[in-house]
Amino acid sequence: MKAGENKLRSKVRALADGVATGLAILSTALVVAPLLIIFGYLVYKGASSLNLDFFTQIPKPEGETGGGMANAIVGSGVVLGLASLIGIPIGIGSGIYLAEFGRGTKLAETVRFTADVLNGVPSIVMGMAVYALVVSPAMPFSALSGGLALGIMMIPTVCRTTEEMLLMVPHAVREAALGLGVPNWRSVLSITVKTASPGIITGCMLAFARVAGETAPLIFTAFGNAFWSISLFRPIAALPLSIYIYANSPYEDQHRQAWAGALVLIILIVAAVSLVRWVTSRGVLKGAS
Amino acid sequence: MSETRISQVKPQPEPGGPERKRSAGAAALETSAVRKYLLSRGNSAIADRGFKWLMILCALSIFGIVVLIATELVKGSHLSWAKFGFDFFYKVFIDPGSKQPNYWDPVNEHFSALPFIYGTLVSSILALLMAVPLAIGVAVFLTEMCPEWLRGPLAFLTELLAAIPSVIYGLWAMFALVPLMREYVNPLAVKLLGWTTLFDDTNPTGLGFLTAGVILAIMILPIISSLTREVMSAVPHSQREAVMALGATRWETIQMAVLRNARIGIVGAVILGLGRALGETMAVTMVIGNSLDIQRSLLANGNSMASVIANQYAEASSDMHLSALTEIGLALFVVTIIVNALARILVWAVTRGAPARVN
Repeated sequence: MKAGENKLRSKVRALADGVATGLAILSTALVVAPLLIIFGYLVYKGASSLNLDFFTQIPKPEGETGGGMANAIVGSGVVLGLASLIGIPIGIGSGIYLAEFGRGTKLAETVRFTADVLNGVPSIVMGMAVYALVVSPAMPFSALSGGLALGIMMIPTVCRTTEEMLLMVPHAVREAALGLGVPNWRSVLSITVKTASPGIITGCMLAFARVAGETAPLIFTAFGNAFWSISLFRPIAALPLSIYIYANSPYEDQHRQAWAGALVLIILIVAAVSLVRWVTSRGVLKGAS
Repeated sequence: MSETRISQVKPQPEPGGPERKRSAGAAALETSAVRKYLLSRGNSAIADRGFKWLMILCALSIFGIVVLIATELVKGSHLSWAKFGFDFFYKVFIDPGSKQPNYWDPVNEHFSALPFIYGTLVSSILALLMAVPLAIGVAVFLTEMCPEWLRGPLAFLTELLAAIPSVIYGLWAMFALVPLMREYVNPLAVKLLGWTTLFDDTNPTGLGFLTAGVILAIMILPIISSLTREVMSAVPHSQREAVMALGATRWETIQMAVLRNARIGIVGAVILGLGRALGETMAVTMVIGNSLDIQRSLLANGNSMASVIANQYAEASSDMHLSALTEIGLALFVVTIIVNALARILVWAVTRGAPARVN
């Protein structure tokens, strides 16, 4: 009797194990499926709409076929360039502070925590704050305000990756530099930061890829523009913004353009993320050892 | 700075004793030419201090940004705050003529955030209900069951899901998910779950809370699963071995050793996912339907806090309208800060000691 009970119980346990394994595999499949479906759909829809005009022409008036998104691609470049100018130096600077000067201090703990929390603030709220700060009083919608909003969003990511990469640099390297009588700032910049530079560049690219697809803060900062403009003080088009505007338009041809734009955007982002992945998996700090 | 750095290394007892120390002193005297050369290069103390303060300034600017966002939002919302006070978040204005609730009326300047708070909560909770079991399943599979060669590619794929911009999710949802929901999922939900009265067949568009919830679930999955993976791999191996040694099956090991030890961190991951869902804008705006009412049905059109801002902020009709929208933004800011801080603390409580990873 006892033996039979035990046998039954072990069968139930084995069954539970099998069911759990099955569920885990099923959920993994359910997670990977949407990714493949989205990519497949994007390539299918986007590739058929992509042509040379897309990269060289500006949009045609609504309702007409043809035209491209050249102004949005260039506009995205301008806005992202501005964002990088703002976000990368401040991000790297605060990362250096966290890793080199503030180790173990209360201030550094708080900065790190604030950066993590700032990372979770919705992008649309960033856009509102920048709108209130820059747009309404001084000037109308502009490329500059869009760059500022995206730049602020880059800071936490750049800061935290820089810190982590700097922490991986062995102490002996710093001590060797200081032992040779190199001033501390020199040692930080040309020894520690240089050793960690592949990792830091990786972090910057990650932050770049993340804000490249941001739309919400641009709606009321960069605003979008159907014409050529690279002026920093005027509304400017951006790729994600154009995708949003076109997706909501009633015209079939604009939907087509939106798909093409989405494909271009996703290719850029996936390329950046894959590169990041490749660099980090190769062991970033080869020069350190 | 260099002083403290070197003094962190414990001084080793000199093997040669005082004899050796004296000779070292003599050596220092001999190399005074080197010293002279170094001194002739000028004092780097100013440059060092300047550099340090520059870096501190960068770090402080992160505080500055948070303070700046807060003050701008508070300043921007004072008009609406002065007029509505706390009523803004829960009071319903009943139109005297039609006896219908009138939540959001830019023309007569009656504003209440209630429908948007409701919409945000409903879509986020729906998203969590769908995403959490899947995310934990993926994390369990990847950390405990997956063959080594498959782990890297699968982890990369789930990370890619996080890299897709919100607007592309929205685009896909508008043209692929919405028709799917309209033709198949929504009628099925009405048929099977209609008795709960939560699924009402009044919205033929395929937009609505449920569609927003599905797309949100896909979007927050990667963050929940990658953080869950992180806390699960922080559980010491000895725990797993101990449970296995008692004869547990794999699932029992995962249940008793891994999930139980990591549960606080998993809660943190879920809360972080909630934070993302609350603030998610573009994809939700594109599929939630943008109605200004509160409806009971999960298939009805609605609006979330973020989506109403995205829709109306650039074209706000009056200062009061702008101010009311800013107040919604302020509420969103405060809530996401609290949610994120809570989540970070919970995740830190589990992974403390283990090296951190950027997500």
